[in-house]
Amino acid sequence: MFSRPVDTDRAPFREPIMTEQAILMRAVNKYYGAFHALKDIDLTVERGERIVICGPSGSGKSTLIRTINQLEAIESGTITVDGIELTAGGDNVAKVRRDVGMVFQSFNLFPHMTVLENCVLAPMKSRKISRTEAEATARQYLERVRIPEQADKYPAQLSGGQQQRVAIARALCMKPRIMLFDEPTSALDPEMVKEVLDTMIDLAREGMTMLCVTHEMDFARAVADRVIFMDNGVIVEENAPEAFFNNPTNERLKNFLGQIA
Amino acid sequence: MIREFTSAEVLFIVLAVRWTLILSAIAFLGGALGGLLIALTRTSQSKALRRIAAGFIQVFQGTPLLMQLFLVYFGLAVVGLPINPLLAAAVALTFHASAYLGEIWRGAIEAVPSGQAEAATALSLSYTDRMRHVVLPQALRLAIAPTVGFLVQLIKGTSLASIIGFTELTRAGQIINNATFKPFLVFGTVAALYFILCWPLSLLARHMETRMRRAITR
Repeated sequence: MFSRPVDTDRAPFREPIMTEQAILMRAVNKYYGAFHALKDIDLTVERGERIVICGPSGSGKSTLIRTINQLEAIESGTITVDGIELTAGGDNVAKVRRDVGMVFQSFNLFPHMTVLENCVLAPMKSRKISRTEAEATARQYLERVRIPEQADKYPAQLSGGQQQRVAIARALCMKPRIMLFDEPTSALDPEMVKEVLDTMIDLAREGMTMLCVTHEMDFARAVADRVIFMDNGVIVEENAPEAFFNNPTNERLKNFLGQIA
Repeated sequence: MIREFTSAEVLFIVLAVRWTLILSAIAFLGGALGGLLIALTRTSQSKALRRIAAGFIQVFQGTPLLMQLFLVYFGLAVVGLPINPLLAAAVALTFHASAYLGEIWRGAIEAVPSGQAEAATALSLSYTDRMRHVVLPQALRLAIAPTVGFLVQLIKGTSLASIIGFTELTRAGQIINNATFKPFLVFGTVAALYFILCWPLSLLARHMETRMRRAITR
């Protein structure tokens, strides 16, 4: 699993701790009122693993990754991230959020701040890092997502693809161990999808643990260790990309793959 | 004896403007603090807190300002405080302004897209940092024009303090009218002074509204 080449001089992430899994979800249930959004979900994500989650809309895939940093609270079950149990109370949720970055479909950049300010806010406030250090880190990551020259612009002055790359850089500035992507390319014009996917592929090659909700199957083939198909709040099928795409066993998955191909 | 309406009388009325301004300033600043608290409570996670704030707003929006003035004025005596028209007017207008500003700012906070607070939460920002650095600065831009609009209402609302005997602009007019019996002239002057205070603010509010609209459509 860790056999992929890692470009060491571009890998500023901390050494992964190999002793425990990145994410453990056990018997997780989530309801929206009477609607049962997640049904007894069990999921184990190893460190450095890259997982792509797909499925029809309303299948619970976004809800699933949003429970990992508790943007959605769960009704029952346990979620353990980096050995920290989310549901155990205390400041566990805050600890987990510091180590888990998230990228949204609609970017959610702060429109009243420049790109640089977007990137330094959380490290300064939540990691208590000095402005000088936070800005140096921010410029380094903006360089990595290939938009260092946009640091002093406001989000509205950037294209969609550039905004999403800023959002990725902003999340990376917290030096997360895990990155969650919630349909990161769905709101983009087609010609901008590639630049965002390339950024994500770079990140994957550097060994980041990633969970991506996406319908970009080329991305899944290129970087995923495992592809998960969800339907009706249940993980219906999971497999390595090769087997997932070539020999799907589940009828609903076959239908789904037929529709998006 | 009936006094003439001379420059001395005009000066008396003009000088009373300062009490209207002081009362407006106290009520606005107090209302800004109270309103922020109400707005944050109205948008909090806790249902109980939201209900309390909603109740406060309903009571103060659903009763006449004059009754609130009377209740505070006579209520001060009930709780053993000295009867003081300025204090009573300041307290009542502060509650009044808190309720209205709280409601205006609640709307502004809720108008900030939920993805903003979500992104801040995902970045592990605390509630305070999230509000202070992400949500409130964006809500403020939406709230400025209606807030200035409410300030105009508040300045005019201070005229009710004349009824509990506080000598601001309106009460000064009444005093001069009682001595000169020139109601049209006297209250015309008073009205003109209110207009001079409020007109520029109305213009400012309208100007900010158009600027805001342009910023949104850009």
